[in-house]
Amino acid sequence: MFERHLRRPAFRTPTIFRCNVSANGEFYSFTEPTMSEIKQITGPGLPLLLDDIDTDRIIPARYLRCVTFDGLGEHAFKDDREQHDDHPFDREHHQEAKILVAGRNFGCGSSREHAPQALMRWGIEAIVAESFAEIFHGNCTSLGIPCVHATTEQLQIICEAVESDPNMHLTVCLETKTVTHGDTTHDCHVHEGARTALTTGQWDFLGELLEGEAETAHTAEQLPYMTNFS
Amino acid sequence: MAGTANLFNRVWDNHAVRKLASGQDQIFIGMHLIHEVTSPQAFQMLRDRGLQVKYPDRTIATVDHIIPTENQARPFADGLAEEMMSAIEKNCDEFGITLLDLNDNRQGVVHIVGPELGITQPGMTIVCGDSHTSTHGAFGSIAMGIGTSQVAAVLATQTLPMSRPQVRRIEVNGELGEGVFAKDVALYLIRKLGVQGGVGYAYEYAGSVVDAMTMEERMTLCNLSIEGGARCGYVNPDQTTVEYIRGRPFAPQGDAFENATAYWLSLASGPDAEYDDVVVYDAADIEPTVTWGINPGQSVGVNESIAPVESFPKTEQTGVREALEFMGLEAEQPIKGQRIDVAFVGSCTNGRISDLREAARIAEGRKVADHVRALIVPGSQQVRQQAESEGLDKVFEEAGFQWRAAGCSMCLAMNPDKLSGREICASSSNRNFKGRQGSPTGRTLLMSPAMVAAAAVAGEVVDVREAFTAASV
Repeated sequence: MFERHLRRPAFRTPTIFRCNVSANGEFYSFTEPTMSEIKQITGPGLPLLLDDIDTDRIIPARYLRCVTFDGLGEHAFKDDREQHDDHPFDREHHQEAKILVAGRNFGCGSSREHAPQALMRWGIEAIVAESFAEIFHGNCTSLGIPCVHATTEQLQIICEAVESDPNMHLTVCLETKTVTHGDTTHDCHVHEGARTALTTGQWDFLGELLEGEAETAHTAEQLPYMTNFS
Repeated sequence: MAGTANLFNRVWDNHAVRKLASGQDQIFIGMHLIHEVTSPQAFQMLRDRGLQVKYPDRTIATVDHIIPTENQARPFADGLAEEMMSAIEKNCDEFGITLLDLNDNRQGVVHIVGPELGITQPGMTIVCGDSHTSTHGAFGSIAMGIGTSQVAAVLATQTLPMSRPQVRRIEVNGELGEGVFAKDVALYLIRKLGVQGGVGYAYEYAGSVVDAMTMEERMTLCNLSIEGGARCGYVNPDQTTVEYIRGRPFAPQGDAFENATAYWLSLASGPDAEYDDVVVYDAADIEPTVTWGINPGQSVGVNESIAPVESFPKTEQTGVREALEFMGLEAEQPIKGQRIDVAFVGSCTNGRISDLREAARIAEGRKVADHVRALIVPGSQQVRQQAESEGLDKVFEEAGFQWRAAGCSMCLAMNPDKLSGREICASSSNRNFKGRQGSPTGRTLLMSPAMVAAAAVAGEVVDVREAFTAASV
């Protein structure tokens, strides 16, 4: 059932490698912020218009028994796919999809980063939904996956368009905060902190946090518990 | 401390390092808890970047999610679990982090261990790669779950980029009835406010019901904040908080404790504190609550029937139908009388000593129904030892419950404790998601530990208040 996903190359290498290896594959830095800007994602859509999809459904807990994120892509929505013959993730015509279109409260429940990792390794590069659970949203941003908010009506129109032509490309633009298909453009909402982080390349935040070392030490000194309330 | 700032904003401001380019705040993390599931990739990220752990004494590790609760001999029968155990041992050793492992009697579920050892303190920022980190908010800390990339960032910098949420005060006033517990309050609030009602908010729990709660009850309440969409929930520190922490191994001692007490109490929201939202509920409306669906907001009072599909908002009806189909239940059906196959008392929500005492009170002198498999899984080795010193293990075993070692167990079934097939489980845990308890088609009914014990004995969902009246106890 999921063999074709096994053959599908993970579109995106893990953040860590992506950020520290230059285009010709040459390693260049341990900690330097990389400024890989993400402004626009274009590709076929994948409709999954259900509400309250939790991260246990995205990646069941038994697949968390691992010490790397490798290979999680093939297990995305594993149990749902086994219980439904025609799950969108199994449909032949959605195998090239890059943009997941979902409902309300997408990614609720467990904080497992394995969930966006699994989606990313399956091939998802952006998610458009009515709303997102916060931890999931933060995890997606740390991986460079934009989460865009659209209304129920917009999501229905987008899904209908995708269903009628699965090869049609959707474009998620973070600069204009829009989702476009054909001649139709939807004004959407993107969390401003995430949008800035993605479009300026600061979504790989570790480098920027490391730069705050001196200020961090200063803040720590002011906290009474750091000196055991002496 | 007078003024209009609430506790959340005070603690946030105390921990704000600087503004980041994204507009978010770089926030100092006072305590970082890690476990074997969400940390191995984070340590690998450090290795790949040649980074060290910046503040190794601000991270404490334990093992809980994959721990077998029957045979704990190493190597574990599950090779993958053994690999994860070896990974956390190696990582903690290499990076200089304290690990409370199976040979350490302080081991247990991370959210039970933190408070019981006095690691969790008011006014701290606390994070862990686990969504139920909200539990620690019971002490008046900002406590939230994070993902693995964020775990790596905390290890390397002791900070995170964060956007300040709004603060909603939730008051529950009056007095809880007999047989109504913190778990019921939490499930009631999620039902009222919705599973995504808390997105963008930190929840401040208050009112006379919360004031009267023990710390363990407050932990149960805060634990379930995330199930209502709020990444964190907290209770203002008061004398109950101070007395709980006093004398615990990681708590300040002597004069330092007096200084700490003054500081902790000074952080509490005052009478003039301002909020982005305030909601008020009456304890008299809260019944023992049971979930019937596939998210924690789909619940009813034990004496209610599941509402007709048409009574739900139109946008929710598809989800309600999906839930009923998965659960094999019908709209307008009472939840009372629903037959169960398995009973589970445990988890970071309800695996503390007070939870086991409540379950034991019901189990004492009774027998688990013949068709029910019933497990009691203490939340930590210390909870287990305490329970054994009170003879609770004997009460449970005589009643036909299995008495297990500490861990997360069947809350998420990453260890050998699982449902099989379409089994239906009365569970004191936190999530009734599809497949959550280890079988893709397994079903979960969330309820309080007393209600789970009562269901185990009756073999079906019962109202703990009716099933075991004073006369029969």
